[in-house]
Amino acid sequence: MQPTQDEVLTQHLTREYEWGFEADLDQEYAPKGLSEEIIEYIWAKKKEPPFMLDFRMRAYRAWRDMKEPHWLNGHYAPIDYQDAYYYAAPKSVAENRPKSLEEVDPEIRRIFDRLGIPLEEQEILAGVAVDAVLDSVSVATTYKERLAKMGIIFCAMSEALENYPDLVKKYLGTVVPYNDNFFAALNSAVFSDGSFVYVPKGVRCPLELSTYFRINARKTGQFERTLIIADEGAYVSYLEGCTAPRRSEHQLHAAVVELVALSGSYIKYSTVQNWYPGDTEGKGGVYNFVTKRGIAYERAKISWTQVETGSAITWKYPSVILKGDDSVGEFYSVAVTNNYQQADTGTKMIHIGKNTRSRIVSKGISAGKSNNTYRGLVQVLSNAENARNFSQCDSLLIGSACGAHTFPYVEVKNPTAVVEHEATTSKIGEDILFYCNQRGIPTQEAVELIINGYCQEVLAHLPLEFAVEARKLLAISLEGSVG
Amino acid sequence: MLTIRNLHVSVEGRGILKGLTLEVRPGEVHALMGPNGAGKSTLAAVLAGREGYEVTEGEILFEGQNLLELSPEERSHAGIFLAFQYPVEIPGVSMIQFLRAALNAHRAAKGLDPLDTAELMALLKEKAALLKLDPAFLSRSVNEGFSGGERKRAEIFQMAVLGPKLCILDETDSGLDIDALKVVSEAVNALRSPARSFLIITHYYRILQHIRPDVVHILADGRIVRSGGAELAVELEEKGYEPLLAAV
Ligand SMILES: Nc1ncnc2c1ncn2[C@@H]1O[C@H](COP(=O)(O)OP(=O)(O)OP(=O)(O)O)[C@@H](O)[C@H]1O
Ligand SMILES: [Mg+2]
Repeated sequence: MQPTQDEVLTQHLTREYEWGFEADLDQEYAPKGLSEEIIEYIWAKKKEPPFMLDFRMRAYRAWRDMKEPHWLNGHYAPIDYQDAYYYAAPKSVAENRPKSLEEVDPEIRRIFDRLGIPLEEQEILAGVAVDAVLDSVSVATTYKERLAKMGIIFCAMSEALENYPDLVKKYLGTVVPYNDNFFAALNSAVFSDGSFVYVPKGVRCPLELSTYFRINARKTGQFERTLIIADEGAYVSYLEGCTAPRRSEHQLHAAVVELVALSGSYIKYSTVQNWYPGDTEGKGGVYNFVTKRGIAYERAKISWTQVETGSAITWKYPSVILKGDDSVGEFYSVAVTNNYQQADTGTKMIHIGKNTRSRIVSKGISAGKSNNTYRGLVQVLSNAENARNFSQCDSLLIGSACGAHTFPYVEVKNPTAVVEHEATTSKIGEDILFYCNQRGIPTQEAVELIINGYCQEVLAHLPLEFAVEARKLLAISLEGSVG
Repeated sequence: MLTIRNLHVSVEGRGILKGLTLEVRPGEVHALMGPNGAGKSTLAAVLAGREGYEVTEGEILFEGQNLLELSPEERSHAGIFLAFQYPVEIPGVSMIQFLRAALNAHRAAKGLDPLDTAELMALLKEKAALLKLDPAFLSRSVNEGFSGGERKRAEIFQMAVLGPKLCILDETDSGLDIDALKVVSEAVNALRSPARSFLIITHYYRILQHIRPDVVHILADGRIVRSGGAELAVELEEKGYEPLLAAV
């Protein structure tokens, strides 16, 4: 007897997380918990300029008085913030930041090799410069010199604080203030590293800049901080990828990304997020509470593209403040949830300038017992003459135990605004699978094909190498979940 | 090539096919006609292996092999093609992507390597020309936004690309305009060969004027009640089913 479609599909439901290995590294930790002393410890450990102690301390105090948000469409037990480490660094890096790639600890190199992220410059994907962040510390940045010749700064945040403190001081916290929300405040207080990018006036960055995040140490949160500044007329495309070992306890990831797009510039920010999602019973997995926001000045454009397949809980709303006249904001998202994953994601487009335009394309895919929520806000302020927004929010359900929810909020204070919203919900039907089977395409491959087709509009916005990786991830995270 | 003996099929507990027997030899073209609801599409679905159709009695052999043991994709690989009465849309998946997946699945089943892009495109363009389809059509999503007639033509295009042994056309002629019917018929005639057989389900004599069948069957109430030559279709066209069925 042939296995039925359902059987074939369930067989694949229990796939393993491939990136779940754990490396044995000698780690240096800050004492457990969070206090003013710990904040000082981190600041001192990192030998940061004095303004940073002030920034961190204000953030810490703001955070202390805030409540962990539980309004999102998902459920998680309160996190014990005193039972975690806020600074963990592989000793070999913490003690002495490698000056060149050759100095990177071979064990660390092996971690990134296993992830398929070789740090060797000559082997790296043509046209992609990588900053690799392990736990909280930036390990290596490739292609630095080539970029430096054009005046482009691409380095670890801690290095930027050391070498370009004025630039950091000028922009840090200007897009996401230290007290913006609970997790952003926590990040501002304790972030230990991340990436910093500055592209000078009129320069088109010739490489895709890429950061690869990896949580390795136990019971540590990862709090990276990314700041990208495109000066007038500049262009930069930035990619972010993430994985974490498989652990039965939850890991917290609370990042902050700030984009500053000055007049006439264009920042394209792409994420392929594949944090460990927890097992099929919902044990373990990364809590991904991230604040990403960009500000676009006159004629500037910010485009967010994200493919979210991992994490136990995702809470993330990459947003654009369309401050300048004629600025453009875009958000292209695919969010996949399977098993017990919960994703609450979407975007905010705040139209302040005249003739500002925004476009939102969100594709949610839910399988298993997961919950997938789109939450978006389009706000048109009173001076934003002729603002335009178009939103398309599609949900695809696989099986009958999952949920999809759409919450599009619209606030329009200028009568000339045109705001359009379209939404659809669909299922991968038996008829479409049979059609594929009849042509000789097995069910699993058919599902991949259908999902890719469904996400095509979003994937088309990813740089090529990333799109290939994203396709693979989509296929893996949904393997056989149709029934 | 295809032997169906005393086939009984029920859907949701209700008997639809009630003892159907049919023999299709290599190279033959069989037309299958019959009133609405007689079970023509049901037969096509059972041959292609669709879920939800329960074979309660009888057997189907395809080239001597028990067809009922095979999954739908295995039947496809074995050479069975069904041009659907109602082809579905696959949004965002281009005809190229779709047929690449299909062709490579067929090749994998035969132990062959995937086609490279140049070979694939050459094949698709050749067959698109056979169906007088604009090559731009290859980049469009499968059936998305296609008119009823375009979908039918696209089905025959896919058939030409996959080169099956047994081609089942479920009312491919319905919805085609006169010119399109000619194009599709000519493509089918071009595909006729001593090794390839056709089962053409239709309500109209018209398509059979273009594609001359070897045998015409009339299916009524789950059984083949009459078989004959092309003249049977003419008779049907003139008199309708009533006198024919009354005589059975
Ligand atoms: N999936 C199904 N569920 C319930 N009934 C079905 C199903 N498929 C077929 N039937 C029933 O079986 C009978 C035969 O249907 P079938 O589609 O095979 O007819 P047909 O001969 O192809 O008709 P037509 O000429 O209208 O296409 C009909 O009464 C139909 O309602
Ligand atoms: Mg029918």
